[in-house]
Amino acid sequence: MSNHLPAGGNGGGGRAGDSGLRYPSNGKTIYHRPLNRTKTAELSKAAFAYLFAEMVSYAQRRVTGIQELEKRLNLQGHPIGLKLLDLLLFREPPRSQLRPLNIIALLHFIKINVWTHLFGRQADRLEKSSNPDTPDEFMIIDNEPLVNAYISVPKEMSQLNCAAFAAGIIEGVCDGAGFPARVTAHTVGDTAGEGGEMWPGRTVFLVKFQPEVLEREALIGAKS
Amino acid sequence: MRPPQCETVFSLVIINKAGGLIYNRTFHEGGLNKISTNDYLVLAGTFHGVHAITARLNPVKSTPERPLSNSVPGVPGGILTRPEPPSGLEVLESENFRLQCFNTLTGVKFLLFTDTTQTNVDVIIRRIYELYSDYVMKNPFYQLEMPIRCDMFDRKLLSHIREVNNR
Repeated sequence: MSNHLPAGGNGGGGRAGDSGLRYPSNGKTIYHRPLNRTKTAELSKAAFAYLFAEMVSYAQRRVTGIQELEKRLNLQGHPIGLKLLDLLLFREPPRSQLRPLNIIALLHFIKINVWTHLFGRQADRLEKSSNPDTPDEFMIIDNEPLVNAYISVPKEMSQLNCAAFAAGIIEGVCDGAGFPARVTAHTVGDTAGEGGEMWPGRTVFLVKFQPEVLEREALIGAKS
Repeated sequence: MRPPQCETVFSLVIINKAGGLIYNRTFHEGGLNKISTNDYLVLAGTFHGVHAITARLNPVKSTPERPLSNSVPGVPGGILTRPEPPSGLEVLESENFRLQCFNTLTGVKFLLFTDTTQTNVDVIIRRIYELYSDYVMKNPFYQLEMPIRCDMFDRKLLSHIREVNNR
């Protein structure tokens, strides 16, 4: 722990140039740590829950509608996804250190690697839209999203799903991988479908790719 | 139908630190007579007042031989020990039910109405407190000191009490 704490009063710290950055006495900051070192590190779920609760109330403070609130949560997650993609690809074994090249590979990467990194387990299901009019829509299904673990949405806001934050992360990963998409989170637990009662917080992340992504996908598919 | 002698948790009342009723739920029909929400509000306020007065009645336990300076060697840790805060009313018992009060350090009171033969009430209440701190306090849509309307809390609480009542 001690090697990335800023040197406060222990006398060893000094100023590095005029940047105002303070370095610990041994000169090692958080950026000196190897990227793989925190691969298996764990975080407190309670700490995250409190932080996320504050993020939601912060986003809620200057919005007028639920859509705007979800948009803000989405924006909070987006840069995380962009950065996470590079980290996770870096951590792949060198042989398979490849950016996902088609939609299925990308979605599998999200379902397995991204989910395991963020939430400690894989997403529960991956589906393609069965509606022939929307071939650009895919669904990642999580039965109980970790971000919603302690959140009860009030009745008057029943449209809201705070997993919009996780949707923003997914969107960031898709954008970073060169598959621009819109990702939204929807609660489907209330419908009395299969497993609806068992998983009241079941959330569907609807991934809607831009038309050019599908166009490219079709071209690649025709060539091979 | 359960036999009347069975151990049962009847209902739960949560009182905020100002003495207002913020949660009230009945788990077992027929254990207690129904009273109106207004009466529950009065009960919460009255209990809060009585609790405060009983806490003042209760003499503070004197710690033996307290040295004047807090750095005298020989005192464990060299620190003054703070007396335990007075606890106030904890249990109220009638022929048909027992009311156990759990007062948190933040001043929230959990009142659990149970059958007189119910055991391990403190364990049940502690678990309820845990659920409260998880599903109420970590919910961004809950406003402090206001009535608790959290689906998640309701659900977890009901399943916990159901487990206790069916044991």
